[in-house]
Amino acid sequence: MPELWFWMVALLLTGWAVLDGFDFGVGMLHRFVARTDDERQRSIGAIGPVWDANEVWLLAAGGSMFLAFPRLLAAGFSGLYLPVLFVVWGLIVRGTALELRSHLNDRLWRSFFDTLFVLASFEVPLLMGAALGNLVRGVPLRPDGFFDLPLFASDEPMGVVDPFTLWCGVTTVLVLAAHGASWLAWRASGPVSERASTWRRPLWGAALVAWVGALVGTRLVAKDVVEQAMSRPMTWAAVVLALVGAGLALANGSQRRQFLGGCGFIAGVLVAVVSSLFPVVLRATDPALSLTITNAASQGQSRSTGLIWWAPGILLAATWLWWILRNFRAKEAPVYGVPKS
Amino acid sequence: MNGALDWHRLQFAFTIVFHYLFPQLTMGLAAIIMGLKALALRPNGEPYARAARFWVRIFGLNFAIGVVTGLPMEFQFGTNWARFSQVTGGVIGQTLALEGLFAFFLESSFLAMLVWGEDKLGPKKHFAASVALFVGSWLSGVFIVTTNAFMQHPVGYVRGADGVFALESVQALLFNPWALGQYAHNQLASLVTASFVVAAVGAFWALRDEHAEQAGLNLRVGTTVGLLAAGLVAFPTGDHQAKLVAEHQPSSLAAMEGRFESGPRATIHLIGQPNVAEHRLDNPIGVPAVLSFLAFGTFGAEVQGLDDFPVDQWPTNVELLYYSFHVMVGLGTLFIGLMGVAALFSWKGWLTRRRSLLWALLLAFPFPYIANTAGWMTAELGRQPWLVYGLLRTSEGASPTVHAGSVTFTLIGFCGLYFVLGLTFVFLVAREVVHGPTTHEVAHA
Ligand code: HDD
Ligand code: HEM
Ligand code: HEM
Repeated sequence: MPELWFWMVALLLTGWAVLDGFDFGVGMLHRFVARTDDERQRSIGAIGPVWDANEVWLLAAGGSMFLAFPRLLAAGFSGLYLPVLFVVWGLIVRGTALELRSHLNDRLWRSFFDTLFVLASFEVPLLMGAALGNLVRGVPLRPDGFFDLPLFASDEPMGVVDPFTLWCGVTTVLVLAAHGASWLAWRASGPVSERASTWRRPLWGAALVAWVGALVGTRLVAKDVVEQAMSRPMTWAAVVLALVGAGLALANGSQRRQFLGGCGFIAGVLVAVVSSLFPVVLRATDPALSLTITNAASQGQSRSTGLIWWAPGILLAATWLWWILRNFRAKEAPVYGVPKS
Repeated sequence: MNGALDWHRLQFAFTIVFHYLFPQLTMGLAAIIMGLKALALRPNGEPYARAARFWVRIFGLNFAIGVVTGLPMEFQFGTNWARFSQVTGGVIGQTLALEGLFAFFLESSFLAMLVWGEDKLGPKKHFAASVALFVGSWLSGVFIVTTNAFMQHPVGYVRGADGVFALESVQALLFNPWALGQYAHNQLASLVTASFVVAAVGAFWALRDEHAEQAGLNLRVGTTVGLLAAGLVAFPTGDHQAKLVAEHQPSSLAAMEGRFESGPRATIHLIGQPNVAEHRLDNPIGVPAVLSFLAFGTFGAEVQGLDDFPVDQWPTNVELLYYSFHVMVGLGTLFIGLMGVAALFSWKGWLTRRRSLLWALLLAFPFPYIANTAGWMTAELGRQPWLVYGLLRTSEGASPTVHAGSVTFTLIGFCGLYFVLGLTFVFLVAREVVHGPTTHEVAHA
């Protein structure tokens, strides 16, 4: 049964990356594809009704991880203390910028929050990508199940940010920027959509190159993970999904299909990563100390009880997303709470 | 400050106190908005619909800050209290995960409908959206309070040889008697905050001779709900909370009351300064036997004092605990008086001409925030030195690999961030209030 929870948590995290991923991408491109105030409203309007619900996937993932694998949450969050809090600050800044920018019809006010929005949208994926890199590379877990890592690998051999994990972060930034461009091309209108369309292909191209680099890097820092991955049909299937997705994202199809292709790529890559790590949930530099779905799992009724409400919960979330996408065909939603002035 | 532990505590306390400033208004306001939308369904209900529109805007602003300040709370269980999470995650992970998936979800999605959907949905469905918003925000209160109640009065768990908690019964966890009492009291307290804010805004407009219709309406709603909530928060719910504490956390009750010696016919002290070094309450003014009655239902009941407990089981900050409790109860008593008079004047139609009373209502709105914070400080300081009462000490819960330097750094970061956030928030809300309720117009991008 811990297997099931492993995949459920993975599904939530993947869902977060795919869904909130384009919000971050839109954030990175925001000041570049949208130049006038009206265009900026459109760019924000394209994620306005969904970003908050998309972020709930992260909370649900965190909660489910807490429920099913408390030792993973405890070790991971405390070991990566500073980067996790930097991510939290980034999420605070992004949320605030998105919610407050439209409350005042003033150029300086909006420009200020737009810039914060852009900076936070770069920062969070960069660190999340680096965190993913740490998972793959492994961390120095101690026998008590905790670890401590310097933030930078300056004189130490490894840090939260070292050449490999930094590359993972940059890759994540590029992928999500490309994903955001696909979304804007599809859901925004006018010049915003047009500029995003011209950026889509170069960005996806750069993202794929970076991704191949990350694969090579993985081979260097975590040889056994790659070897393990090669022997797993699940990983191969996920890689195929990623490649097909990338093809669609680059091809000349409808904008909707290009966007869905990008979703497929992100989901494929993440599933490939977790399926090659399985059953390890936190890789230790000393393999005997790794946290796995068995030794990190919670005891007692928690997981079986959780199963009862988990499925309806996800169904609800999916239905809401579908409803929103259908009802905001008009491309941009009105910006919320905007007072007169 | 000795070591990382105190910094962890200070950071958690600071971030949660700041966070809770926002949900306490949104939860109460969700109930009031639902009521306004219900009244708006009646013929000639348009003024209520207008009032609801104004409050939905205020709600939206609060909600935005509530969401962004709630995020760090969820993360800090792992970052700052890793040992605690490792050991109790099997139990409290349940309620926190439920919270993450359902409550926030319901709230964030239905708020969008409430803000955007008035034209699209029509009055009935729009009312339904306000009901869903209410359910969502009160549901997140359920899950978070049951989590806290487990820490105050652990139930429904078994503990393995390694000290790890496992969930034995969800029913027991969700229907923890402590949680039921705490939830009722806490939700009514949030209604107190919301009703005071509604009344204060009404008073503000009335004092400025603006928006006469809306000023009167908000004053009526604010004072009526305020009287009701302020009454119920003291009795039966506050009284019930005190009885729970007396039964399950006797050392905490002793510290809240500044009581050092044990004995029957215990005096309740209205005023006095706890002198912990000398084990006595200085300059006391009290009423004999009333504490016995309030805590256990008979005037003769024996109430333990702190001297009955080993010092390592005393709450770690007796003075602050004592004052927190007294501030809450003192304010609670004043609230009933103020709202009693104001509601009477409002029903009689005299209120809008009583400028002194309007001023009092306007200036009163910060005090429920103080009372709510003081109440939570009572609960959380009274829980010390335990993280999970009687089972896991606070010192055993912090993250083993995070040192004081890191936490000090992030605490400073939170202070800076929240300072700017708070200023911006106050500016935007003040602007809305000064602008007043407007006729329906949703700006389109
Ligand atoms: C407007 C806010 C407000 C007001 C006026 C009151 N309370 Fe309260 N009280 C709270 C807001 C609050 C709270 C913030 O909601 C707390 C913190 C934890 C909880 O569940 O509720 C709380 C906790 C709390 C506790 C502590 C429980 C513990 O240690 O865990 C007790 C004993 C009382 N209350 C009793 C009272 C009494 C006898 C009141 C009489 C006037 C009163 N409260 C008014
Ligand atoms: C309802 C959910 C809540 C949970 C699960 C919770 C949990 C915690 C935890 C884990 C700590 C740190 C450990 C400790 O010092 O004991 C703490 C401390 C604290 N909390 Fe809460 N808390 C909750 C609500 C609140 C609220 C709403 C407030 C105030 C508005 C509050 C005020 C405090 C204070 C002041 C401390 C510091 C106490 C001390 O260290 O002496 N808590 N709480
Ligand atoms: C340690 C304790 C707490 C944690 C971990 C926590 C966590 C959170 C999180 C993550 C959010 C943002 C949700 C989103 O993204 O939609 C949030 C918002 C909220 N929280 Fe808290 N919270 C805590 C204390 C409390 C308490 C004590 C209450 C009330 C009883 C409360 C009620 C709410 C409500 C109603 C919201 C919705 C936002 C709003 O209306 O302002 N929280 N909380």
